[in-house]
Amino acid sequence: MSERKDLIQDFVPVQAADLLNAVADLKTAGYRLGQACATVIGDDIEVMYSFDKDVVLKNLVVTIGKSVPELQSVTGLYWYAFIYENEMHDLFGITFKNLALDYKGQFFKIAEETPWNKGANAAKSVVEVAPATDDTDVATETTKGDE
Amino acid sequence: MAKRTIIPFGPQHPVLPEPVHLDLVMEDETVVEAIPSIGYIHRGLEKLVEKNEWPEMVYVIERICGICSFGHGWGYCKSVEGNLGIEVPKRAEYLRTIWHELSRCHSHLLWLGLLADAFGFESLFMHCWRIRETILDIFEDTTGGRVIFSVCKVGGVRKDISNEKLAEIAKILEGIKKETAEICDVFIEDGSVKSRLVGIGTLSYDEAVELGAVGPMGRASGVAQDIRTDGHGAYSELESFAPVVETAGDSYARCLVRIGELKQSMEIIIEAIEKIPDGELEVVIKGKNPEGNFVARLEQPRGEAYYYSKGNGSKFLERIRVRTPTNANIPALVKTLQGCDLADVPILILTIDPCISCTER
Repeated sequence: MSERKDLIQDFVPVQAADLLNAVADLKTAGYRLGQACATVIGDDIEVMYSFDKDVVLKNLVVTIGKSVPELQSVTGLYWYAFIYENEMHDLFGITFKNLALDYKGQFFKIAEETPWNKGANAAKSVVEVAPATDDTDVATETTKGDE
Repeated sequence: MAKRTIIPFGPQHPVLPEPVHLDLVMEDETVVEAIPSIGYIHRGLEKLVEKNEWPEMVYVIERICGICSFGHGWGYCKSVEGNLGIEVPKRAEYLRTIWHELSRCHSHLLWLGLLADAFGFESLFMHCWRIRETILDIFEDTTGGRVIFSVCKVGGVRKDISNEKLAEIAKILEGIKKETAEICDVFIEDGSVKSRLVGIGTLSYDEAVELGAVGPMGRASGVAQDIRTDGHGAYSELESFAPVVETAGDSYARCLVRIGELKQSMEIIIEAIEKIPDGELEVVIKGKNPEGNFVARLEQPRGEAYYYSKGNGSKFLERIRVRTPTNANIPALVKTLQGCDLADVPILILTIDPCISCTER
């Protein structure tokens, strides 16, 4: 009877700033990326990347803030991670910096924005839009009726 | 440079059983780039974990897909069982293996039929599905269902198959092995089949690794990765098990891998029937809820699938995540489409055996 490799569960906590180095080390060691997913835990989001080598898994776990979630994309190392990172963007509102193939929120056509992390996009726009000063031209919203 | 044209392919198209969209960038009749879009049927099944207690969630997970529903149920149970730290009785593991391998036979026969239909070989399509019908009859006889079985539960299985019935199943499989071999010979030998598959959509070993291809898609390019080798289920107790691998990496090789796996699955079932021990069907779980993380994997007919569960000690899991094989094979599909003729696009999409319901969940 062979060893139960499926029971080996290895979860390694990694700081967001160290993620790319940790992923690069695994790539050099011959691991392939299996999947990536996110989980909301209170005020945080836990992002997990699973890597496989010889049918044994290693999972890197990164915890980031839920209100304006951001993380470096690993698509520079594993291009096909774009599938998982676009999914996490659409469902959890996580922004991935340097994402190789960015669907800009159009990966899943869903009725509700970021259903696992409601309001993430609204929080982002508050951070991203610079406050208007008195002499700034503020564009008014054009409705269909105005055109 | 020749003029480039973009042809929108899907989401509704005669060759596509489910909605997926590709923007095909063409130079004359040649595809130079393919940009995929999915997301038309995202159902948010994973999110239902917030409303369904973990013992009931298996019914939701089974409904991710109508082809590999048993495997999804098993993968979910395996993940929660890992979280709970329980060991499933041997007879239940054998029964799960038998139903799962029957699902692989039915899935591969369905795929072979669809492939035959795609290149216009109607009679071959009908023969494949005629044999598949026998497998569906076995499901109905043993579980009561032909698509969704609901026999897998956390801790074991809900139904037993008597030893007499198992012997009958082995006899049926021995009977259809000859018919299957005859049909497979047509796929392997026929000139018109070869002309549509040989050298079409080649994915090299390096590309398969670089793009994370899984299942028959990867194994047809020489990637000998099969999660059945990790020691779960009854696989570790088989006389011998080795993944079916081809090296050419083209559509023909992907067809050969599935033919090999179809025959292999029948042998696995027959051997499992010979070796199945008597005993309990389930472990009764009382007063215990999952707590912690567990990633389970299963070799579905289309390839490796992930089932991640995170428990917090309550009746509701914090997260269930399913990563399906088609999800992993989309990048490889995009690669194989580059440089192909427009006429080969339907065949190439079929050769990854796409399941969009699985992918979008």
